[in-house]
Amino acid sequence: MDKLKVDHKSYLNPILARYGFQAINLVQILREAQESFGYLHPDAIDYLINKLNVPRTKIEGVASFYSFFYLEPRGKYRVLFSDNITDRMLDNQSLMARLCRNLWVEPGKLSEDGLVSVDFTSCTGMCDQGPAILVNNFAITLLTEQRVDEICDLIRNRVPLALWPPEYFQVMDNIRRKDLLLEDGFVAGAALAAAIKRGPDGMLAEIRTSGLRGRGGAGFTTSIKWESCRNAPGEAHYVVCNADEGEPGTFKDRVLLTSYTDKVFEGMTLCGYVIGAQKGLLYLRGEYRYLLDHLNEVLVRRHQQNLLGSNIQGKEEFDFDIEIHVGAGAYICGEESALIESLEGKRGTPRNRPPFPVTHGYLNQPTVVNNVETFAATCHIAQKGGAWYAGIGTLKSAGTKVMSISGDCSRPGIYEYPFGVSVRQILEDCGAIDAQAVQVSGPSGVTLSDQEFDHIIAFEDIPTAGAFMVFNATRDMFEVARNFVHFFAHESCGFCTPCRVGTSLLRNLMDKLHNGHGSPYDLKEIEKLNNLLLSLSHCGLGHTACNPVLDTINKFRPAYKLRMLHQEFIPAFDLDWSLQAARQMTGRSDSGAHLPDVEEKT
Amino acid sequence: MSGTFTLDGKTITFDDGQSIIQAALKAGSYIPHLCYHPDFKPHGSCKLCTVTVNGRQTAACTMLAADHMVVESETEVLNDERRALTQMLFVEGNHFCPSCEKSGDCQLQATAYHLGMMDSHYDHFFPNRPLDASHPDFLLDFNRCILCSLCVRASRDVDGKNVFALGGRGIKSHLIVNAKSGKLADTDFSAVDKAADVCPVGVILPKKRGFVVPIGERTFDKQSIDVYIDSRMVKEDR
Repeated sequence: MDKLKVDHKSYLNPILARYGFQAINLVQILREAQESFGYLHPDAIDYLINKLNVPRTKIEGVASFYSFFYLEPRGKYRVLFSDNITDRMLDNQSLMARLCRNLWVEPGKLSEDGLVSVDFTSCTGMCDQGPAILVNNFAITLLTEQRVDEICDLIRNRVPLALWPPEYFQVMDNIRRKDLLLEDGFVAGAALAAAIKRGPDGMLAEIRTSGLRGRGGAGFTTSIKWESCRNAPGEAHYVVCNADEGEPGTFKDRVLLTSYTDKVFEGMTLCGYVIGAQKGLLYLRGEYRYLLDHLNEVLVRRHQQNLLGSNIQGKEEFDFDIEIHVGAGAYICGEESALIESLEGKRGTPRNRPPFPVTHGYLNQPTVVNNVETFAATCHIAQKGGAWYAGIGTLKSAGTKVMSISGDCSRPGIYEYPFGVSVRQILEDCGAIDAQAVQVSGPSGVTLSDQEFDHIIAFEDIPTAGAFMVFNATRDMFEVARNFVHFFAHESCGFCTPCRVGTSLLRNLMDKLHNGHGSPYDLKEIEKLNNLLLSLSHCGLGHTACNPVLDTINKFRPAYKLRMLHQEFIPAFDLDWSLQAARQMTGRSDSGAHLPDVEEKT
Repeated sequence: MSGTFTLDGKTITFDDGQSIIQAALKAGSYIPHLCYHPDFKPHGSCKLCTVTVNGRQTAACTMLAADHMVVESETEVLNDERRALTQMLFVEGNHFCPSCEKSGDCQLQATAYHLGMMDSHYDHFFPNRPLDASHPDFLLDFNRCILCSLCVRASRDVDGKNVFALGGRGIKSHLIVNAKSGKLADTDFSAVDKAADVCPVGVILPKKRGFVVPIGERTFDKQSIDVYIDSRMVKEDR
């Protein structure tokens, strides 16, 4: 026992030292602890309680909130299959079944030899190169049957992940259309130099003139956010970059962070310059853990270039530094106040608002939280001015939008358009023939039918955080909505009653329809639940959880009609189906092991 | 500084920094609630106290009162929604009132009666939540937990102990206790703690004391919850 404790100490000490023995860094400490040991051992937690001076409930409460933290052994190899609808369409389910069969392991359980666990996870942001998995939180793309079999061999032979073929881990940018943001040739420091020349007020004025609005989905006017934050009294101001790109179908931030890293960091730095902040934090979703080394290398280089640190570019008292925090599998942390809670080492539960982060954010201090793409865009405004930027796009939506395109099209990937482009144009460009629907902005966005393809991407028409999933005529839109409903039920933080219980009730009702027990009564129940979620939920997750269902009910009624197998209400509970486990255990499937289907006989 | 707002047409006076529910309860106007308690920082999670403020729905326990607000609470729409929330809480856990020691003293049950809830409407989840009977004086029956976090706040903010916390996420959220074993017996929980006495439902129960007050003579057998809350406010000198 003592020996074990020593073991935990040896890997925990350097981690604790790196994070200053501060409980505020708990999520980072737990992540690194788990990376070292495979899971969070109770003795490791003992040690952390002592060193961080926090109660056990704090650590267990945080650890059990995030999908990627484990309080029990999960195997030397932890395989998670991305389960976005786009992965489903590429048949991730049979690939998972194949892997489980090969390795003799049940989904969700640890193999008997303690070697491997296999499970599903929410969209990992590789929709343009799926099916995708995470192995020990590192992304593997373009999964095939052959690759599955190879992975089984590697696992069986206990080959360390670092020695797996590097091509497995290759993540392509797949940039198909470039506009101003994705144009090459940005020189690190150029935007900062321009901003310093303009001064903080001048820079803010340019942002105001540009009409820039947040790219994370909500579309809040950037200059108002920056100005309110700058004017808010506080001991310190903070800049937070929301790189928790969790909306299924969205992967544009992944590309910006990979290949336009300087722009993102520079945008954060010039925000710091405008609002008077000295510290920036970038919250990277856990699924993008593989980007961490790259991001840190760029930070080191920018330090050497005097683009971070003190007296940046020789400007007296312009000090700014950036820290990366890695998430641990929680969609809700994309909500800005939940993200801040997570940055503070807590459970990612959205705060009560007001007050808003601009006055009471990170450490209760004035904080700007912006999307990756928003920060990148500010570099161009610094260089070329707000008026120039305002001239791009539409009157109400200035600039460009980077879209993540996936699903039924021949050229999935990243497309940048000036605002105002029509859905039809995008479909044409990405090679989508025979599209019956597009899910814009992910499950929390809107489902468009082919009657609506002339709408444009713009805040005044179809606003989007960037996801664009295409469904051709062969797809069952009910199943699309059911996948999204499962996603929301899985990702609800559980804080408020309507969302915690309501998303699960909604999931159960959609499953009931799927299982052939649907009647018009259930449709009415779904609509009632949607209203409750919309009017009572604590945050946007609950408010939008019903969107895909409402949209598909309205626009793809036949897909639901197919499920109305009964005119009158029948219960979801199916006695014969519930005997499934008994049949499996006894190995029987004869008629004596089944109950007669009463309904069909009448 | 103070001001006034209207609640269902009635003028309510408030002091600066007071929430809508604080001011309303003080004025003798009941707004249904479960996770709110006047002694603790509001949590805002049960959403029972949802009201409309100038036409927009919001939780009355976390929204500060402001001058000239027009607040509506006793509307059919809001009470329908509250009833649905109460039903959700019932199906989420395992609430078997007839055999529950807390029956008649339970705020979930009393709120359900107050809102005219006649059935649980939704399909029950029947979660598997083992009891914790490890402690010599107290029993934890997690089946009845509604995740209001009152015991969490009481233990942390009043007792200074952190005996309880919320763990898990989403529908798997659950109460955890501060011990490596996960057992109450291995914590510093004691019968004199505020947390021992704050559970609005039947999770935290004293042992060796069953049905001391007969059913029929319990708190909410004698008065409905709105009257009870009001009398409690009177006792505390408003």
